[in-house]
Amino acid sequence: MTGSTLDSAKTVLNHHHDAEVVAAHGAEHQDFRLLGIIVFLVAEGMIFLGLFMAYLTFRSVATEWPPAGTPRLELLLPGINTAILVSSSFVIHKADTAIKKNDVKGLRLWFGITAAMGAVFLAGQLYEYFHLEFGLTTNLFASTFYVLTGFHGLHVLFGLVLMLGVLWRSLKPDHYNSKSHFGVEAAEIYWHFVDIVWVILFLMLYIL
Amino acid sequence: MNDREPLTFLMTQAAEYQEQANLVARGSEPDKNDWRKYFGFSTDHKVIGIQYLVTTFIFYLMGGVLATLVRTELATPASDFVSREVYNSLFTVHATVMIFLWIVPAGTGGFGNYLIPLMIGARDMAFPRLNAIAFWIIPPAGILLMSSFFVGAPGSGWTSYPPLSLMNGKAGELIWILSVLLLGTSSILAAVNFIVTIFKMRIPGMGLNQMPLFCWAMLATSFLALVATPVLAGAMILLSFDLIVGTNFFNPTGGGDPIVYQHMFWFYSHPAVYIMILPVFGMISEIVSVHSRKPIFGYKAIAYSSVAICGLGLIVWAHHMFTSGTPPWLRMFFMITSMIIAVPTGIKVFSWLATIWGGKLRLESPLLFAMGFISLFVIGGISGVMVASVPWDIHVHDTYFIVAHLHYVLFGGSVFGLYAAFYHWFPKMTGRMLNETWGKIHFALSYVGFNLAFMPMHKLGIEGMNRRIAEYDPKFAALNLLCTIGAYLLAVSTLPFLVNVCWSWVYGEKASDNPWRGLTLEWMTTSPPPVENFDADPVLATGPYDYGMGSRATEVNVAFSDASDPVLSAGPSSTLRAKPDPAVAASPSDRVGESHNR
Repeated sequence: MTGSTLDSAKTVLNHHHDAEVVAAHGAEHQDFRLLGIIVFLVAEGMIFLGLFMAYLTFRSVATEWPPAGTPRLELLLPGINTAILVSSSFVIHKADTAIKKNDVKGLRLWFGITAAMGAVFLAGQLYEYFHLEFGLTTNLFASTFYVLTGFHGLHVLFGLVLMLGVLWRSLKPDHYNSKSHFGVEAAEIYWHFVDIVWVILFLMLYIL
Repeated sequence: MNDREPLTFLMTQAAEYQEQANLVARGSEPDKNDWRKYFGFSTDHKVIGIQYLVTTFIFYLMGGVLATLVRTELATPASDFVSREVYNSLFTVHATVMIFLWIVPAGTGGFGNYLIPLMIGARDMAFPRLNAIAFWIIPPAGILLMSSFFVGAPGSGWTSYPPLSLMNGKAGELIWILSVLLLGTSSILAAVNFIVTIFKMRIPGMGLNQMPLFCWAMLATSFLALVATPVLAGAMILLSFDLIVGTNFFNPTGGGDPIVYQHMFWFYSHPAVYIMILPVFGMISEIVSVHSRKPIFGYKAIAYSSVAICGLGLIVWAHHMFTSGTPPWLRMFFMITSMIIAVPTGIKVFSWLATIWGGKLRLESPLLFAMGFISLFVIGGISGVMVASVPWDIHVHDTYFIVAHLHYVLFGGSVFGLYAAFYHWFPKMTGRMLNETWGKIHFALSYVGFNLAFMPMHKLGIEGMNRRIAEYDPKFAALNLLCTIGAYLLAVSTLPFLVNVCWSWVYGEKASDNPWRGLTLEWMTTSPPPVENFDADPVLATGPYDYGMGSRATEVNVAFSDASDPVLSAGPSSTLRAKPDPAVAASPSDRVGESHNR
C-alpha cells in the first residue's frame, strides 16, 4: 500500500469518526464482575456435583448403606441448622433491597444478622461433629459425610469472610450506594449458592 | 525474503477495505516491547499471553527431555538405562508436564489470551487482574511438580489411579495432586475470563456469527474447562484424603471404590483432550483460510461443530474404562457417543480441506504445519474411532497402540497446530518475521521424526507390547529402536525452532502490520499492538474470511471516490489498484457470493 493511500483514507475517516474516537478513549467498559461471579459459581457447583455423584455411586454400589454398625444420625440439630441457613437467604436479600434504597444502615443490619446466622450454623455443625459417634476414617459413609459437610462448611466460612468484608467496607462513606454495590450482590449470590448446596446435601446425607 | 514480496500484489479487495476502514483504529505506533515487563505482574493480555507461551514452552522442553529419557530406556528391551522406579516417574511427569503445563496453558492461556481481545476488537480481557493471577499460578505449580524429583517423583502415571497411587511414595504423589489442583484452578479462572470476554467485549456489529472461528473454539474450550476441571479437583480432594489421613474412598481394602476415581478423573480428562485440541482447531481455521486466500468453507459448520464437540465431549468419558468392569449397557452408550464425536470433527477436517482446495496456497511454515496437523490428526482421529469400539479397545487397551493414538492426536494434532500458530502470529507478537528457511527445516525434521517415532507404535501395540513398563519382549526390539531414533530426531527438530525464535525476536526482518494480508482484527493494528490494542474501536468492513469477496462500492461506508486519492480515483483497470487474486478470479462464483458470516 502506498503512503498516499494511507494518508488520504485517514483524513476521510477522521472526518467521520472524530467524535466516536474521543468517546471511545474516555469510556471504560461496563462492569462484568457479577457475571464473572455467576460463571465462576458454575465451576463451584461442578465440584459439589462431582462429589455428590461420587457419594451416590458409593451408595448405590454398596450392599448396605450406611455400612453395618454406623450409628444413626440425629435429625433435630441439623434440621434446625437447615432452617437457619435457608432463612438466612431471605435475610440477606433484605440487605440487597436496603442498599438499592441507599440505606447503608439497613445493609449493615441485615448483613450482620445473616453473618450471625451463618456463624450459628457453623457452630451447630461443629457441635454435631464433636458429638457424633463415628470419626473421619470409621467407614466409607463416615468419610463422605465429613468431607462433604466439611467442604460445604468451608464455603460457609468463606461466605462469612465475604460478609465481614462487606461490613468493613460499608463503614467507608458512600462505598456502597443504590447504584454501585457489587460487593453486596456478589456476597448475596454466593450465599444463595451455599444455601442451595446445603439443601441438596442435607437431603442426600440425612433424609435419603 | 524475495519470495514474500509478491504478497503486496496478492492483496484482495476485502483486505483493502478492512485495512482502510480501520486506519483510525490502528495503534499510532508499535509497542516498544520493553523486555522487563514480561517478568512482572502485568495486566496487559498481550504480555500475559507471551508470558504463558514462553513459560509453557520451557516446560515443553523439560517434558521433551523426559520423553527423550523414556525413549532412551526403551531403545533396548532390558531395563538398563534407569531403574524401573525412575522410569515410572519419567513417563508420569512427562505426561503431566505436557498436558497441564504445555498444551492446555499454551493453547488457551497463551494464544487465547493474546488473540481473543484483539480478534474481537477489545482493549483487554474482561478481568485483567484475574488474568494475571491465573498466569502466575502456573510457574510455581510447574516448579513444584519438577521439584518432586528431589523427594521421589510420582510414578503411577498421569492418571494416578488408586490403589496404585496410594502405594507409591507419598511425597511425590502429594506434590502431583497439589500441582494439578493449582493448574486446574488457573485453568478455571482463565475460562471464566474468556467466557465473559467473548460474550461481553465484542465490538458493536460483531455478533457471535461474525466472530473469527478461533473465538468460537475458545468459547467451547472455556466452557469445557469450566465444567470439567472442578470434577477433577473433587477427585484430587478425595484422593488426598485417602493419601494423608487414610480414608478409604478409593481403596478397596477399606470398602472404597477405585472405579469412582476413574469416573471422576475421566470426566475431566476426556474433555481435557478437547480442551487441548479445540483451540488448535480454531487456529487452524484461521491459518488455512488466510494462507489459501479463500473464504473458509462452511463457517457455521465449523463454528457449531466446536459447540457440538463441547457437548458430546462431556458424555464420552467412560470409553477409557471399557476394561474396568464397566457394565455392557454403559459400554454401549459410551461407544456410541464416542463414535458420534467423529462427525463434528470430520466436518471440520472436510471444511479445512475444502478451504485449501483450489486456493492460492502460500506454502510457508504456518500452512505447512497446518497441513501437517490435518494429516496427522486424521490418523489420530481414525485410530480414535478404532479404540472407541469396545472389542478393539479390549484388545489394545494399555498397549502402545494407545500411546500411538494419543500422540497422533496430542503431538501430531495439538503441537503441530501450536507450531503453525507460532509461525502465523509471531510477526504480530514481536513485530519481526521468523526465518522461513529454518521454519521449513523445522517442519521437515518434526514431521519425519514424529512419524518415525510414533507410527511403529501402532504395530507394537497390536502385537501386544504393554505401555508403562520399562522392559519388553526382545521381539519388539527393532521397532522400538526405530521409535527411539524418531524420538531423537523429534528432539533435535526443536532446535531450529528455538534458534529461529530467539534470533528473529531480536534481529529478524521487520514485519508489517499485516504480513499475511489477513482480515481478522488483530491484523488491523500495529505489530506488536500498542498497550490498549487500538486507538479507536475497530470496525468490521468485511467478514473475517471474505478473501476476494464483495464489491468495492457497496461494502464500506467510507468515501472511496475521493478525488485526491490517486488509487481510489483511478479506474477499475488502473495498475494502481491491487490486482485481483488470480485464484479467486479463476472461479468468479466465489467472488460474487455473499459472505457467509456477514
